[in-house]
Amino acid sequence: MNGVHDMGGMVNMGPIELEADEPVFHHAWESRVHALSVASPTRANIDVGRHQRELIPGPDYLAMSYYQKWFRGLSELLVSLGFVTPEEYAAGQADPKAAKATPALLAADVGPRFSRRGSFQRKAAPAAFAPGDAVRARNLNPPGHTRLPRYARGHVGVVVALHGGHVFPDSHAHGKGEDPHPLYTVRFAATELWGAAAHPRDSVCLDLWEPYLERA
Amino acid sequence: MALRVKALESLLIEKGLVDAAALDAIVDHFETQVGPRNGARVVARAWTDPAFKARLMGDATSAIAELGYAGGQGDHMVVVENTPTIHNLVVCTLCSCYPWPVLGLPPVWYKSSPYRSRAVIDPRGVIAEFGTRLADEVEVRVWDSTAEIRYLVLPQRPAGTDGLTEDALAALVTRDGMIGTATL
Repeated sequence: MNGVHDMGGMVNMGPIELEADEPVFHHAWESRVHALSVASPTRANIDVGRHQRELIPGPDYLAMSYYQKWFRGLSELLVSLGFVTPEEYAAGQADPKAAKATPALLAADVGPRFSRRGSFQRKAAPAAFAPGDAVRARNLNPPGHTRLPRYARGHVGVVVALHGGHVFPDSHAHGKGEDPHPLYTVRFAATELWGAAAHPRDSVCLDLWEPYLERA
Repeated sequence: MALRVKALESLLIEKGLVDAAALDAIVDHFETQVGPRNGARVVARAWTDPAFKARLMGDATSAIAELGYAGGQGDHMVVVENTPTIHNLVVCTLCSCYPWPVLGLPPVWYKSSPYRSRAVIDPRGVIAEFGTRLADEVEVRVWDSTAEIRYLVLPQRPAGTDGLTEDALAALVTRDGMIGTATL
């Protein structure tokens, strides 16, 4: 989706505001939004969660803080996936007739959950490209979720790593299963992305799935 | 916001969708268990133990797990090494991907539009804004975290630190040095 979240390559968004001795959370509610998002049953699909935040209309997205976006995304996802009815959300109270769920994450599981290695790697078809191959990022403009930034589309880079098959967000965010595809790291020269005025030594590496790429 | 968040929390607890004690444990984990000091230990170990560094550069996820750091947003780690001729910078232009197990949760600026937009088109300008001017001869490599691979920069070891212990070295390693917006 060509939304404002895909902001790589834009300028004039203002200065980068640094804060010395920054706390992990600036308000107690931010810590609760973070914890709710991580503990929520909606967390089972990280791509759906990312896409839900991308669906926040551009002007709102740019004006909201990070945890405001997380709160809105979580709220909308809980309703759209049917965990909470719109009536329950509006009232802030559970429907007394609704069956009580079992939490996906209990306190005793929190430590193990954050020290256990997970994986997005899956068995996929053999990779079409190998490190050293020149590839072009396709000119794709899908209406839904994608992890191919606009600034790379149409440009030629070189494969520098193959990570095996990985869950494909463009499918996974839209109820089409994990649909794993080979994942590559592709290096693009800064001059290829931004033109001759860019520094001749510099480059940008992106992690791109095979459906984003064609042989150059 | 505080009231709206409280209302949602109460609703989800009432419905049995989340466990109140688990929420407290998650907040505690991210406030006290993870943070840049984890990454600093990884860096200091790499500076002092060549065999560990070799494992780290070959399979960062497993090498980092040797120090006890693993889990969500760190499932597929890659370490990129700064040298006198190469400087690495990490960003997530599409959202705010960041290696939680080794750096904790990201600072506000990392998640902000100015950084996410500009890091890929003007990395030298961004790094200068943090106070470091990179020489023209240095190659800048930006890593845009578009998948579930998470990047950690291995900064150059500062000069004059030969006699220091691993703990003393770890104390020299900054969060920004491991994102690449600063040198040490």
